This record gives sequence, structure tokens and C-alpha cells, in this order.
Amino acid sequence: MGKTIWIVTALVMLAAPWAFPGGFALTLLTQMGTLIIFALSYNMLLGQGGMLSFGHAVYSGLGAYITVHALNAIGKSWGWVTPLPLLPLVGGFAGLAFGVIFGYVTTKKAGTTFAMISLGIGELVYACVLMFPGFFGGEAGISTNRTVGQPLFGITFGPSIQVYYLVAAWCFACMVAMYALTQTPLGRMANAVRDNPERAEFVGYDTQKVRFLQLVLSAFFAGISGALSCINFEIVSAENVSAIRSGGVLLAAFIGGIPFFFGPVIGAIVFIFFVAALSGFTKAWLLYLGLFFCIMVLYAPGGIASLFLMQIGLARAGRLRRMALPYALAAAAALVALAGLIGLVESVYRLSDVTSDPQMVLFGLELNAKDPAVWIGSGLLLACGLLAIRFASRTVVARWDAVQQELKGASA
Amino acid sequence: MEFFLVQLLNGISYGLLLFMLSSGLTIVFSLMGVLNFAHASFYMLGAYFAYQVSRTIGFWPALVVAPLLVGLIGMAVERFALRRAHRYGHVAELLFTFGLAYLIEEAVHLVWGRVAVDYKVPAELEGPLFSILGTPYPAYRAFMMFIAVGMLVSMWLALTRTRIGLVIQAALSHPETVEALGHNVPRVFMLVFGGGAALAGLAGVIGGNAFVTDPGMAAAVGPIVFVIVVVGGMGSLAGAFYASLLIGLIQTFAVSLDWGLFGYKISQIAPVLPYLVMVAMLIVRPRGLMGTRDG
Amino acid sequence: MSALELRDVHKSFGSTKIIQGVSLSIAPGERHAIIGPNGAGKSTLFNLVSGRFPLTQGSIHLNGEDITGLRPFEINRKGLSRSFQVTNIFHNLTVFENLRCAVLWAHGYKYSFWHRLAKLGGVNRRAEEVLQKIGLRSRAGVPAGTLSYAEQRALEIGVTIAGGATVILLDEPTAGMSRTETAHAVELIRQVSQDKTLVMVEHDMGVVFDLADRISVLVYGEVIATGTPAEIRGNAAVQEAYLGTSLAQAAHA
Repeated sequence: MGKTIWIVTALVMLAAPWAFPGGFALTLLTQMGTLIIFALSYNMLLGQGGMLSFGHAVYSGLGAYITVHALNAIGKSWGWVTPLPLLPLVGGFAGLAFGVIFGYVTTKKAGTTFAMISLGIGELVYACVLMFPGFFGGEAGISTNRTVGQPLFGITFGPSIQVYYLVAAWCFACMVAMYALTQTPLGRMANAVRDNPERAEFVGYDTQKVRFLQLVLSAFFAGISGALSCINFEIVSAENVSAIRSGGVLLAAFIGGIPFFFGPVIGAIVFIFFVAALSGFTKAWLLYLGLFFCIMVLYAPGGIASLFLMQIGLARAGRLRRMALPYALAAAAALVALAGLIGLVESVYRLSDVTSDPQMVLFGLELNAKDPAVWIGSGLLLACGLLAIRFASRTVVARWDAVQQELKGASA
Repeated sequence: MEFFLVQLLNGISYGLLLFMLSSGLTIVFSLMGVLNFAHASFYMLGAYFAYQVSRTIGFWPALVVAPLLVGLIGMAVERFALRRAHRYGHVAELLFTFGLAYLIEEAVHLVWGRVAVDYKVPAELEGPLFSILGTPYPAYRAFMMFIAVGMLVSMWLALTRTRIGLVIQAALSHPETVEALGHNVPRVFMLVFGGGAALAGLAGVIGGNAFVTDPGMAAAVGPIVFVIVVVGGMGSLAGAFYASLLIGLIQTFAVSLDWGLFGYKISQIAPVLPYLVMVAMLIVRPRGLMGTRDG
Repeated sequence: MSALELRDVHKSFGSTKIIQGVSLSIAPGERHAIIGPNGAGKSTLFNLVSGRFPLTQGSIHLNGEDITGLRPFEINRKGLSRSFQVTNIFHNLTVFENLRCAVLWAHGYKYSFWHRLAKLGGVNRRAEEVLQKIGLRSRAGVPAGTLSYAEQRALEIGVTIAGGATVILLDEPTAGMSRTETAHAVELIRQVSQDKTLVMVEHDMGVVFDLADRISVLVYGEVIATGTPAEIRGNAAVQEAYLGTSLAQAAHA
């Protein structure tokens, strides 16, 4: 079972550009590949080590900066075969170095204090990046050209398809490496420190050292993802070390599912899709994303992966069909509420921004934000939807409990 | 000389504002164990509500209405969301408040747009109050200090003279005490969280027009408040007080100083100074100025 | 040379004196029980010995070496291991993983991130061995947090002894157990403490008189008596401190 997943993953990554053709799809896939590495490295801290960080972009961003300078330095006078495939290692070791430097300070404390310190370090680095435009290029950042050196078997890494496969190869390699790390003494002790730092001390481990090493390794992979981002976009700016990036990877990892190794992989894919797909449709996409995140924290803290795994358990027992009706009810209720919410949010946006056109197209309907009917209609939809959700969720829970009881009875 | 005195007063007034924020955060954290990432968002809401109210009714009603509104929102957040997140642990609570910060910022974008709004100091408080050695000192700054000190004195009285206050004091250093309480603990939590939000909102009311009222103000002051709590020591109000004044003075003086340091003017590196203080504190004295508990 | 020695140990929290001048010497291979009324400071004493709290005064010696002021992991590496009154295990890890974590340092793997856990023969064998001893073989792959209370207590003991410590501290190992569970636990403790030094805090007098070679009685932070079970049973001061009833019962157990 274990090996099959890896083979399937590799095949999916190989075939993806054919399944989703087109320039836009390719950009998304490449971004997903980079974010997967970043989110997995983040989960080394949170899911595996119990360390909540609000400043993880520091390691990927600084890795990206070092990479862009290396690329520019190489680009000036390099006549041999392009070293681009190996460049992510530069980013990785840069991330590792900064992991050592900042990790020493941040891992002195655990838990909530660690989270705040990570935020402070993130802000510190961001401010420094803006303060030293000589090295960091200021707000505009530093740009580069990835087609440096002689082509390797005709591969220049100019076309985006070649970049995609470079990212995919590194993504797969990093996934394997990070998974392997979870099966080592350090990886297991990081779990132990997460669960019970006191007990870990009493079996002979210095918890601070365990956390420190886990952070350093995590920073290595974050640096690789930063380097790949640099190669893909051919520009690195202060945004790469910003709190927004740090927040984004946290959201992505969490939505996917912190407690599971593959969770952040799912989360990265969903996140890119969410951002890319939604931001084209509405200005309020971050509001919807934030709302989605908050609801997940309250009602599905194990992420999409946990929801998925719960269904698999049922499917194996042949009971999944019993949940079909309650799920359909809940989905319908959620859609109604969502329609109402979208109506309200979009109307507010059109009205509050004087430059916006109050005329909008929602769900194929031509609506005017100034029309009170739109407001009342949306409000009603939202209210009814919320009530329906309450009712439907009770049905879901009742049916779920009933099925679980049946299964217990059957196995007894 | 007068420059120094003016900056000193400015630094103190800013520090008191920061203490209004960090004290609310510390009390909520100490009592409920939840670090409210959206605390600075309540600050922002206070400023925006005050802007809206002062445009329609006036500044003086806004001084009361805006913090009340923010407090109500805080209570609703605790009652309907935080209480639920609580069963999944502190990380879940912190993550929820993190998401909440995003939500509030986007809601502000939604309603008031992405550009700063013109939240003005009321006409009665414009202009100088007194002169220090010939330099006029703005009346509004003095008003800010007056409100901040007044609020903090009331808070101190409430903490030391009321029953709930004594409970909170005990919880600051020994949170397990809360478990042993017989009275309505959930209601206490709701009131405390709402109170913390209202305090942050009040800071927003008086700070929003002295500084700037824009959607980025929460993200600008939030990390500073965290730095203060780390530097002062988790769970210590006295530590938060000293750290707030320290950071307030550092930030105020640094921005206006043109002295050179390693080829850079201090005013240029001013944004990083609070974080450098935090790093230094973590290296030299990890538990902070007066820390009693671990985070 | 004693296995564990406490020399005039004092501990105060602020102005409250919890431990007031405790001196104890426990010989290698001895099974020593510490008993006393609630609030006497028994758990605090354990916390001092294992490095969880710092001493206010005095010193603690392990196999002749001064371990005062050392951090818990340093003390553990020198051969002292402890269990907790409130079960303190890795609740998200499986039972087997819990035991494996307890063995890793002792087998020298430290912070390695290049060894594969599945291939660590010595470690896995030892974990299996302890798993068998504590009777949780059938629950090996279960998350520790889902075990029953008695199973968790057994795991607690397993995690404590898996690393091969020579001095073992057990803090109320049979707390909350039924008669049968207690009997099993006592057997387990007897087995795992062969050739080791055992110090035990216990309230169950039956267990104490069954297992202990020597007993110390701790009252208000002071040791009022140390001796063999017979000596303690006959000690007037001890009877007074304990209201006599439980000792009299145990005498007939």
C-alpha cells in the first residue's frame, strides 16, 4: 500500500500537464509543486513538532534571495551546462543556515511564545529586507534569468513546461526525503516532544535541541521551495519574506490537514486553486478563504485529509451510501447559505467602492447592488441557509452515529 | 532640550496606548490561555467604528459607542466561536483568532475600502494644550494620555476591588485556580474577552485619529504588541507596562533621530528596533523582564 | 556507595516550606517505599530528585555523583528514570512507539535523522521485550491516548523502565486501580525491578508491605522514620501520624 501511493503520485505528477493542458494550468501546477514543498516543510514544524510558526516565509524567502544572487552571479560568465537543476540546493543550504541562526533564538521557548517570537522574527527580516536595498533590491526586488549556461540535451529551462518538470522532480524528491525523516529517531522524538515535552525530557532528550534540529531541517526544505519559486518567477522581492506568505503556507497546511503527512499536499493544491480560481472572479476572495479557514478550525480541525479519511473508513465497511442523503442535504443547505453570503458580500463591495459598477453578474443573473431586492433576497437566502445547515448537520450527526453503532454491533 | 521633552511625552503617550493593548492581551491570555491574534484587529475596528460614529453623531459619543460595539463583537466571538475552538486546544484557539484577524481585515476592506479614511481629531481638541519651553504640545496627545491613564486606573481598581478582578489576578499567575471556581466561568470568560476587545477598541478610538486609520493598522501594531508581551514576560502586567513604555519610547525617539549608527541613520533602522530588543531579551533573559509563566 | 542519596534536602515555594531537611540513603538493589499522609511532600521529593524542580538547599547524589541542579534529561542519561502520578505518555503515538522512544537515547541514537527506525534491531527488540513484559503486546499498534486507565498505567511503567535505568522512581504506580489490576501491577513492578534500585511512593499499604525492603515515612516534609516494614509497623510516631488504621489493616493482609 505504501509504495503504491508513491508510484501513483509520481505518475500523477508526470501526467498532470497532459491532463490539464494550457499555459494557465501549467502555471498553477508549477506553483502547486513549489507550495507543496513549502507546506510539507511547514508541517515538519507544526504537525510533527507541535511548533506553530507565523514566520516560516523567512526561510523560503531568504533561500530565494540567496538563490537569485547565485543565479545572477553564474549568469554573468558561465559557459558550461546549466547548473539550474542543482540550484535549489543553494536555496536549501541558505535556508538551513538561517534556520541555525534564527532557530537558536526562537526555539528557546515553546508553544504560544514560540509562535509570537516567530512572528517577531518574520517582521524583523521583512523590515531588514526593505532597509537594505543594496542586497535585497528594495520593494521592486531582484530579477534574474533562468536560461543560463549551455542547454543540457536541448533543455534550457526557458519554456514553462521544462520548469514544471524541474519543480515536479524536486517536489517528489523532497516529499520522499521529508517522509523518510519522519521514520528516523529525530523525527519520532519530534513527535514525542510535540505530544509531551516533559516526558521526552524524562526519557533522556533535550527538548530544545530536538526542536532546534527539526526547525533547521524544516528550514532546509523551505529554502528549496524558495529557490524553485525564484526560478519559476525569475524575481524575488520583499513579498517572499512577508507575513502574507507565512500566513498563506499556514492556511494551506492547515486546510489540507496538519495531523497527516499528505495533508499539506492536499492543502497546497486546494489553496493555489482557491486563490487562482477565485481571485479572478471576486475581489473578496481572501474574505471567503478566511471564512473557510475559520470554519475548518472550528468544525474540521483535522483538515480535508481528516474528512476524507473518515469517509474511507465508511466506504471500506460498505456504509458510505447511508450517508449520501444527509450529505446531500448539508451540501444543499451550505450552497443556499453561500449564495446568500456571496450576494451580500458582492453588493457591499460594489457599493462601498465608488469606482465600482453597481451592476454585477451573479450565478448568471444580472443584478444591481443598489436594488433593495438583492439585499433582502441575499439576506433571506443566508438566514434560511444557516437554519437549514443547523437542521442538516443534526441529520448528518445522527446518521453518522447510527452507522457507527451498526459497525460496532457488527464487529462485536 | 524641548525636543527631548516633547519626544519623551510622545513616547510615553504612545507607550500608554501600547499598554492599553498589551494589558488586554495579557489578561485574556492569562485567564483563558488563549493568545488573541486578532487583538490588534479589535483596535482597528475601534478606530473605524469611531470614524463612522463621529461622522454621523460626533467624536464624544464615539468614545463610548465604539468600544462598546467592539466589546459586543468580542463577546460574540467568544460565545459562538472561541468556546468551540477551546475543546481542540490552545493551538486551535490561536489558529482561529489568526483566521479572525484575516476576516476582520477583509471585512474592513469590504466596507471602508483599502485606502486610509480621514478620521480626524475633534476640533475641540486640536491645537496646543500647553507649551514646553516654548514648544507647543498638542492637546490631543495630552487627551490620549488622560484617557489611557484613566482607563488603566479604572482597570486597576476593577482588578483589585471587585470579585472578578481578584479572580483575574489569581489567574494571571495560577490559571488552575479558575478550574476550582464555583461560579459561572463561561460567563466570566465571555465578559473578560469582551472587555479585552473593548479596551483594544478604546485604544483604537483615541489612537486612530492621532496616527492613521487604514486597513493595515492592525498588521502594523499587532506584532509590536506581541513583542511587548514577550519582552515584558508572559502573564505579567507589570512587565507589559514597562515593556510598553520601553518600546513606545524607543520607537518614538528612533524615528526622529538622525544620529548615525554603522553607516545608517537610526531613523532608518527604527522599524527593526523593537524586534532587536525582543531577540536580545530572548538571548539574555528568555523569561522576559518579569515573566512568571511559560507560554 | 549508595545508589541514591539525599543530603539535607530543603524545598520552599516562596515562603512555604514543603521539604524540610530530608536525608535518605538507598542502597543499590534496594526496594524503598516512601509513604505518608496527603500533602506530606512525597511527589515534590520525586520532582526534586528527578530534576523537575530545583532544590532550595541540600544535595542529591546518584551512584555517588552529585546530580543537584542538573536538568531532567541529564539526570535520566545518568541512569535514573521516573514514572508520574498522572499518566504522562505520548498520547498520539502508538504503544510500541512510546516504548521505542524510551529506548532510543539509551541505545545511543541521539538526534540521528539518518537511521531508519524500522531497521534498528536492538531498539525494536528491546521495545518488544518491554511490550511483552507489561502485557500490552495485543495493543502495540494502538494510539496510547485510547488505552484504558490501567493499560496506560502499565505503559507508564514500561516507558519508565525501557531505557534500562538502574534507579527507578515510581510515583503511585497503582493509583486508581482495582484489586486485580493492582495485583498485576505489583507482579510487574517486582519483575522489572529485579537487580535495580526501586524507590516508590505509594498509598496502598498492601503494595508497600508486599514489595518494600525498607520504608520511609514522610510527614510535613520531614522523614519521621526509616526502617524495615516490621520496624515501621511497630513505630508509635508513624502510627500516630497515620491514624493507625491502614497499618493495622495491612498487618492482616
